[in-house]
Amino acid sequence: MQPLADFFRWLHSAAGINLSIFYDSYDQGRFLTGLKTTIWLSLVCMVLSVIIGIVGAWLQGSRSRLVRALVQAFVEGLRNTPPLIQLLFFYFALGAIIPSIPDGAGGRQPLITNTGWAIVAFSMFAGAHNIEIFRSGLEAVPSAMREAAESLGYSRAQIYAHVVFPLAFRISLPSLNNNIVNLVKTTTLAYAIAVPELLYASAQIWSETLNVKEMMNVLLVTYLLLVAVVVWGMERLERQLRIPGYNI
Amino acid sequence: MTSKTMAVLPPRRLGTTCNTGIEATSIIASLALLLAFWSISTASAQVPAKLAELSLLAGVLKWLPLIFSGFLFNLLVSVLAMMLGTALGMLLGFGLISLSGWVRSGSWLLTQFFRNAPWLVILFYAMFLIPFQFTIASTTIPFPDTIKAVIGLALPVMANVAEIVRGGIVSIPSTQWESAESLAFSRRQTLWKIILPQAVKRMLPPWMNLYAILTMATPLISIVGVQDGLTMTRGALVAEARPDLLIPMYLALLAMFFLYCYPIALATRALEKRFDVRI
Repeated sequence: MQPLADFFRWLHSAAGINLSIFYDSYDQGRFLTGLKTTIWLSLVCMVLSVIIGIVGAWLQGSRSRLVRALVQAFVEGLRNTPPLIQLLFFYFALGAIIPSIPDGAGGRQPLITNTGWAIVAFSMFAGAHNIEIFRSGLEAVPSAMREAAESLGYSRAQIYAHVVFPLAFRISLPSLNNNIVNLVKTTTLAYAIAVPELLYASAQIWSETLNVKEMMNVLLVTYLLLVAVVVWGMERLERQLRIPGYNI
Repeated sequence: MTSKTMAVLPPRRLGTTCNTGIEATSIIASLALLLAFWSISTASAQVPAKLAELSLLAGVLKWLPLIFSGFLFNLLVSVLAMMLGTALGMLLGFGLISLSGWVRSGSWLLTQFFRNAPWLVILFYAMFLIPFQFTIASTTIPFPDTIKAVIGLALPVMANVAEIVRGGIVSIPSTQWESAESLAFSRRQTLWKIILPQAVKRMLPPWMNLYAILTMATPLISIVGVQDGLTMTRGALVAEARPDLLIPMYLALLAMFFLYCYPIALATRALEKRFDVRI
């Protein structure tokens, strides 16, 4: 790695392009920690939001009108308000009434940290979109499938788990793909509550090393790469899950 | 044609009424949720409940005009960014279907770049890297933060509009192009007189959806230092220094956005349904 560091040090002195993250171990550490936090935040929110989506879509098929209306209110409320304000609402407003626990050093720390609130906010935001995505996927499964399964003696839960959901999930994959890309992009909002993710780390670096232009470009390229990886992974999943002969 | 429409109409109406039923209950349910949050926030205050509720309401009402004026600024930014983004995006969209390979791949690259980068990062980019004034032939054009924020928000809108324009044009059956060609229309004439009038209808719902997304992205400008509704709300909360106002104040701002964006979402869905049937 030494030649690489030397090259970027030379680039700084010769061309004035200061990419400190490649030769300064402190900046590099901060940047990598930020990258790790962003990836971790995205993965956790991805899993949670898909779970919220599956449970929510299932609840939306419930017989109780009240349950359906509550799920609908959850979906519409979260889909039609700004995610940034949701995040601040969770962190500042709800965070204020959540009890705090002793931190062992004489002080008290909140039960849910800023990263925790970011996870809650983004999972719910993306989850609300996922509910809608899975619901339309469930609706697109031909009713003949359901009837065929019923005539084979499947119970309601079995039909959902073995017939309807596997098909609906495949139908939903393209939209889910979009939503997960959006989720990765939404994690930047955590900057507003000082979660040390990629944008926050980069902002720290550029305000200390004064290389705004370079870090901006690094940041853009990094996010494009992250999104590219997500898209590639989701497309692989789509290909793997494809049922031969069943055109969706 | 008419008989086809007739045959299709009734189930469509049935579907719509069913949905509005659920939507009505969902509005009631969301109001109930708001009330529940409200009562939680009042319960957490130490003063007697009646009095607390009164002072809460008074506290919020006092700042509501200021927050609302900030919210109106958000809307202004959203409209300006949408106009700029749509104008640029249409050009880029035509670039995406250009006959020249170079123009096509260049537009594709630009579209992918601005579509896949986070809005906040692009906004930072615009705020930091656009100079605060331009000097062209001894005249200085100032570039205030607001304009830079509008540009920063317009760039991702541009890329998304380009995708919408391309998708709308491509979705028109190629027979339309062929029959126009056989009637001796030029490519430009075909595009403007035959393809676009049909495609606009299909572009409208996603375009409206994009506008709602943009409106919900406008509070981001408060992060980069433009004074908007969110800045006003936070300022009011600092001025009051009352923790019990946190929830109602944020809820008030959320409600403003909801009341603006939800009708747009409903209209988008209604249009989608209507155009789906007719196409």
